[in-house]
Amino acid sequence: MNFDWKYFINAFPALAKYIPVTLLLAVLAMVLAIILGGLITLLQFSRYRPLRWFAAVYVSFFRGMPALVQLFLIYYGLPQLFPIFKGLPALIATVIGLGFKQSAYLSEVFRAAVNSVDKGQVEAGWALHITSFKIFRYVVLPQAFINALPATGNTFVGLLKETSLAFTLGITEIFAEGKMLAGDSFKYFETYLAVGLTYWALIIIYSWAQSGVERLLTRPYR
Amino acid sequence: MALIEVKNLSVTIKQKKILEDINFAVEDGEVTVLVGPSGSGKTTLLRTLNLLQQPAAGTIQIGQSTVDGRKLNKKSTRALRAESTMVFQQFNLFKNMTVIENVMAPLLLNKLAKWDEAHAVAEERLREVGLLEFADKYPSSLSGGQQQRVSIARAIAVKPAVVLLDEPTSALDPELVGSVLKTILELAKQHITMVIVTHEMDFARQIGNQIIFLEKGQIVHKGTPDEILSDQGPERVHNFLNSVSAAY
Repeated sequence: MNFDWKYFINAFPALAKYIPVTLLLAVLAMVLAIILGGLITLLQFSRYRPLRWFAAVYVSFFRGMPALVQLFLIYYGLPQLFPIFKGLPALIATVIGLGFKQSAYLSEVFRAAVNSVDKGQVEAGWALHITSFKIFRYVVLPQAFINALPATGNTFVGLLKETSLAFTLGITEIFAEGKMLAGDSFKYFETYLAVGLTYWALIIIYSWAQSGVERLLTRPYR
Repeated sequence: MALIEVKNLSVTIKQKKILEDINFAVEDGEVTVLVGPSGSGKTTLLRTLNLLQQPAAGTIQIGQSTVDGRKLNKKSTRALRAESTMVFQQFNLFKNMTVIENVMAPLLLNKLAKWDEAHAVAEERLREVGLLEFADKYPSSLSGGQQQRVSIARAIAVKPAVVLLDEPTSALDPELVGSVLKTILELAKQHITMVIVTHEMDFARQIGNQIIFLEKGQIVHKGTPDEILSDQGPERVHNFLNSVSAAY
């Protein structure tokens, strides 16, 4: 078995240089996904049926297509129709593509989180003459936020890995760097194992941080 | 003029008549107890008084506010709700707030008091129900009986015209019932107007100025505890009381 340990170990610092790019893509896409997901959730709860329909179609559309297809559609497709998108940087295109896609998933997460707040909490608010808006703002939202944490964290984990698709638009992040290293050295196994372990390490660190935050925030509820 | 006046009230849920032609009045400072077999509409009647349940017809007047069941709107709904507060069977304390924040919430969110004043009022109310030492705890760390006493403190913090109590002890372990009933008796001594749904018949006798006996969505009997709940009371009520005590 010819596993090149020295090459394998040396691959890590080379890959680590691109961790910031991967994190930047993931964090920006996540911020976009949270904002859009929140808006779509509001539409889902709207009393106007067309808005609810729009939200349903939105969720169905962005969940029903491979992320890679969406990225190509945005980066290569949009400029053809709308010249204004011609200079669109690949980084922005990736953030938009992944952000829109994950916002569809997140809106479902947020909706479930709001629905799982006990109806009695809202009734208590009404019975105390508090307006529906304030009940939502001060009672439902804080509880829904806690409910949504675990699944939102999962979404981020998924997103972190999906940023590897950005290499198809020419962005050099962890995976793209791995591809180049492998192309130079022909040591595919060592390289891609190092790439995979780098993602794994990021996700272990993230998961550890998230469970700490969850423990802290759910303390009042236990 | 009575503090609460309910006239020809009916409630329909999914085309089923739950309450029909309900008429009664409650005098200021008095306690009215709703009793009757399960499914008789007691809780629905209570929830209609603050419009958590919408009436199909009839009028409800509490204090200065009157609503017509056929012409409900946001404004009249809010005006009627301003007259009452409610204590729920399942307490329904705001889980994301501490005990004292729960009591302050109706004051602050209705802009009835500034923070300092609300805090002082909440402390006073919590002292009354004997739970001031738990002010900074979250509801989940309290026993059911303690949570219910906090919810009573929350309900009286805004000084409503009437406090509605929906089976306040039904969700409690037997040993916790006493402290909650004692707290409610204290309110009665302060002449706080209350409408209570309960299965605690001794308590109903002790606290009630008026007993309303419901069956199948209608008021079958109403009167003083002596008239309704004594051995000389109506036969139907008598049979109900026997079935309740037989259960224990």
